[in-house]
Formats: sequence, structure tokens, C-alpha cells
Amino acid sequence: MQKFTKLTGVAAPLPMVNVDTDAIIPKQFLKTIKRTGLGKNLFNDLRYTPDGGENPDFVLNQPAYRQAQILIAGANFGCGSSREHAPWALQDFGIRCVIAPSFADIFFNNCFKNGLLPVVLPQEQIDQLMELAKQGAALTVDLETQCVTAYPRNINFSFKTDAFRRDCLLNGLDDIGITEKKTAAIGSYEERQKAERPWV
Amino acid sequence: MPKTLYDKIWDIHVVARQDDGTCLIYIDRHLVHEVTSPQAFEGLRMAGRKVRRADLTLAVADHNVPTTPDRAQGIREPESRHQVETLAENVRESGIEYYAMNDIRQGIVHIVGPEQGFTLPGTTVVCGDSHTSTHGAFGALAFGIGTSEVEHVLATQTLLMKPYKNMRVEVDGVLSPGVTAKDIVLAIIGEIGTAGGTGYVIEYTGSAIRALSMEGRMTICNMSIEAGARAGLIAPDETTFAYLKGRPKAPKGEAWDKAVAYWRTLPSDAGAKYDKEVKLDATKIAPTITWGTSPEDVAPITGIVPDPAMTKDNVKKQSMQRALDYMGLTPGMKLTDVTVDKVFIGSCTNSRIEDLRAAAQVARGRHVAKNVQALVVPGSGLVKQQAEKEGLDKIFLEAGFEWREPGCSMCLAMNEDRLDPGERCASTSNRNFEGRQGRSGRTHLMSPAMAAAAAVTGRLTDVRELT
Ligand code: SF4
Repeated sequence: MQKFTKLTGVAAPLPMVNVDTDAIIPKQFLKTIKRTGLGKNLFNDLRYTPDGGENPDFVLNQPAYRQAQILIAGANFGCGSSREHAPWALQDFGIRCVIAPSFADIFFNNCFKNGLLPVVLPQEQIDQLMELAKQGAALTVDLETQCVTAYPRNINFSFKTDAFRRDCLLNGLDDIGITEKKTAAIGSYEERQKAERPWV
Repeated sequence: MPKTLYDKIWDIHVVARQDDGTCLIYIDRHLVHEVTSPQAFEGLRMAGRKVRRADLTLAVADHNVPTTPDRAQGIREPESRHQVETLAENVRESGIEYYAMNDIRQGIVHIVGPEQGFTLPGTTVVCGDSHTSTHGAFGALAFGIGTSEVEHVLATQTLLMKPYKNMRVEVDGVLSPGVTAKDIVLAIIGEIGTAGGTGYVIEYTGSAIRALSMEGRMTICNMSIEAGARAGLIAPDETTFAYLKGRPKAPKGEAWDKAVAYWRTLPSDAGAKYDKEVKLDATKIAPTITWGTSPEDVAPITGIVPDPAMTKDNVKKQSMQRALDYMGLTPGMKLTDVTVDKVFIGSCTNSRIEDLRAAAQVARGRHVAKNVQALVVPGSGLVKQQAEKEGLDKIFLEAGFEWREPGCSMCLAMNEDRLDPGERCASTSNRNFEGRQGRSGRTHLMSPAMAAAAAVTGRLTDVRELT
């Protein structure tokens, strides 16, 4: 997995609540059997008009945000389906970090498996970051110190991440590799289960 | 200390615990479908890993499959065909049981699992699909996972996770005529909101839940995810055991007796603590529909389209206005004046036999309104077979409904069943997001009886007026 340590980049403002995974990557793009190549259809229905042209009003089509690496969004980001195509599409576009007041569980979880950092901050801090993003300011997200900063402005917001997930992200660790070290414990669990609950 | 149903299932599945509280949890049942699994199998191959427990895994293609009668000739759409063929190839290589499109047992993954007795009380059930919460109706801890986790389960039969918090939603009282499980769950989501259950597992309790059939309980647990909860749970009882007994994959003979004895120990202990509790009065729930683009945008069918100007919260006001613009509705309009173009009866929320019976009862002796296309898509081949045995297909066909082959169909419109831009649909599915049933399509969620009523009148209708 790609590591995430510290990122400085343009933040795109997306002041919408309940941005669902159907909006992030509509189902017609889920027919792929690959993880890559989804970036061009990220936010497809918002980003393109029905005839395939670009919607100039959508933030990621504006010159200042085409290279955005950070997304600032409203509450309950990533709600809806479990499709990991959502973080894949964000990643493929170049977004490495989403900052929002809250996330849906499965999406939040899926981000960590793909080197994408979801950052939860209180609404009033999001409001400030949203304003900065609208002005085109760059932000720095540091996972080591767990801080979002915007120089030269006086912004320094700290956030929390789960210690285990942080460690995996900082070091680019693969979950399966970690679990495989516990193969013996899994084996004895299976023995125990067979004895106690043989119908399973 | 008294434990909840959730705590009990969690504790018994812990394989290892890390210092920070992250646990390695054993997974008893893994359901696999074509959309979220190809990258997981590819990942295994690239790392030279094998499927650890093919015997605990069951695969079926549902999201992409056509539902038209001519599907025996194969899938026309090349990408969909490729995805389904890839699944067939992957499961063959790994020795996983698979119900192909022409198998009578094929259907929507969350209909198939319970129907086969693959889903059992007290087990952990996962699938790369958020509506895995459906299986919680059996008192199984069931939740959706992403593709990386699918790969993790295939390789290790475990998952790394932290425990969720406990939430109880208690629904007491007797439902009024015309009110169903779907109305209960829409009312719950309207009450707690689409993020109300985030970070929790919801246990549904109370006399109204106890009185539901397994079909109704599955409808409730199915939409836990629309309330933000990754899993929903209902304690197993006699209704559960009666449903499971004799199913192909349910335990038999002595094993059955042992299993039932264990299952009886699962319900939450008296005095168990919940982190959050919500109560609803079942007698106050009316047939409920959604008017907007989020499942929390609910209203009783007797109501009107709400006015954003009445909300103080600015963000809320804007999102309501956006929803109304998208849905093509104006504040104050009576919901029963809203006309529909399509009707979809199906999905893992409402495509079981009971749902089809309820819809057929409304359809019987009536006819689908002019300019309305109405689809009935059974949840599985076995549901379809049962319905045909009861003559429901004839009732639907005579009333002008289309009788389809099983699959996800217009629930997410990944196959050819979809809304055209601007079309409005009365749907028994679970999501009314923008574009969910087709780009610029407009979805109103409701129960099967209500959807059938909309089909015959051509507008959103209070089903109680038709009986
Ligand atoms: S019926 Fe709809 S919600 Fe259910 S699994 Fe299929 S696509 Fe998902």
C-alpha cells in the first residue's frame, strides 16, 4: 500500500452534505475488474453534462482545482454502498486526503486500505478550511503530528486517528501480511469452533 | 455483567486482541458477488495467496445480470458479461460454491444466503456489499466490507476491526392495516437520520419487531445501513428457528438441537447497557414514502412536500432545495398528486415471497395505469418458483406488470433496467440517491403494497384507499 506521511497541496471545497458513493463513482463504472483508471469518472454526474462535456461549475473542473490533492466536504461523506471504487476513484484522480466533519463507516475504513487519509474535524474548523479552500490556499496534512496547517495563515488544527491504522498508513503496511503472522491463532480458533459449535 | 446480543457474538469471535483494542475477528460466512470481488481475487493471485476456507464462502452473480426472459442466451452487455465470467472463473479456481445465472438458487446475494440456511444465528457474516446488514435479522453479526477486506477474508477468514457501540431501537405496539416493515424502517430512518447509526450496531427490539415474519425482519435490518449503522440485529426466536428448519444448509438432526439450544442463549441479557436508545410507537406509523434524495427524507403518504423555508439550518435548507429541484417537486404539493412513470418491485429490501404476495393482493383485478411501466423482479429463482406456484405471476401479468428473472435490476440500474432522465419511479428498493436508478431519475421509496398501488393509479397512493 502507498504510504501517507505528510502532504501539502491544493484543497478543493465541496460544501455538500451526505455525498454518497453513487455520486463519487456511479455504478456504470463498477463493471471494471481493475482498481485503476477510475479517476476520469470521479464525481461523473456532477463533473460532466449528459452529453459528456465538462460542467464548468463543478469545482474539480475549475483551473485552480484540477490538481487538487485534498478535498474539504460536508458531513456524512461517503455514505451508501461499500464500493471500494470510491476511494480508488479519488486516489486515481490524485486526491490523497478528504477532510470532513464525519464519514460513513465503510468508506472511512476503505480509505485506510488504500493510502487515502480521511480526517475528521469539527464543523467550525471545516467552515474555516472551506473558506481557505475557496481562496485557493494550500494546506498541509501531517499524519505523523496529526495536524492540518495552512501557512502562512495562522491555522493549526489537530486531528485524531486510530493508532493501528496510523501506523499502517505511515509505513504502507498491508493488513493481510499483518494477519498472516497470526495464522496459528486462527488455526486454533477453528479447532475450538469445530468442537464447540460444529454446525458453523 | 449483562451483555447485549452484539457483545455476545463479538466476544465469541475474537481470535486475537491488540493492545489498542483492535481485534482479529473470525468470519463464519462470506458471500461473494461479481462487482466487488474481481480485484480481491486478482490481489490474491498477485501475492501468491490462496482462499483459506472455500467451504465457508458462497458466490452468486446478481448486480449485473439481465432480468429479461431472454437471458438464457447470455449477457449482451460485454463489460457485464466479462465481470460475471470473471467471477465464475475465480470461484472455479478456488473451489467456491457458485450459483450461476441458470441455477434456480441464483438471486440477490442477501436473499440467497438466508434462503439456503447459509445465514445462521450467532455467526459473523460478511459480503462486499453494504446491505449485508440484512442477515442481522437472524441474530447474525452481518456487515458490508470493501474489496480489500474481501481479499483479507478470502486469505485469512478474519477481519481486523474495533468493536462498535450498541444502540437499541425499540418499536412497540400493533401496526395499523396497510403498514408494513418497510414503513417501520423508513420511519426509523426519518427519526434518527442517515448518520444516526454511524459507529453503532443497531439492535431492533419491541413487540412490533417480534410480531414480524423473517421477511419483515430482513427488510428492517436491510436498511440499517441507510440509518448509518453498519449492522442491524434482531434476537433469534421461534420465528427464526421455524424459518431455518429444513433449509439446505441449516444444521440437521442432533446438530440442529444443539444449535437451537445455543441460539437460545444469544438474546441480550436483562439490564444490558446500550450506548444510545430510541423508541418508536408502531401505532403512529402511517404508510411512509420518501420525497427527496436521501432515505431520511420521509413523509407519511397523507402528507405534503415539505418547504425548505421552514427549516432554520442553512445547510439543511440548501440540501432540501437541491433535493426538491432534482425531484421536480414544489413545497406544499400533496404527495398523492405526484404522478409516476415507472414502478419497481424488487431488491434485497423487498423481493421475498411475502413482498410479492402483498403487491399481488393490490394488483389483483386491477390494471397498471396508462403510460406506466411496472416491473416485478423476484429476489431469487426459488422466490420466483414459489410465486408461480401460488399464481402470483398470473395476477401480475394480467394486471399489466412485467414478470422478470431474479437480480438487483433497477435497484441500482447496473443492468439494462433503469430510469431515463427525469422519469419518476415508485420503488421498493433502499436508496433514493441522485442517479441511483439511472442518471437524473427520480426515486420514491415505499413498501411493495404502496408501489403496487402507485402502479395501478399512476400516482403516489395511500394503499389503504384501495382496500
Ligand atoms: S438489490 Fe440493490 S441494494 Fe440489494 S444488493 Fe442488489 S444492488 Fe445492492
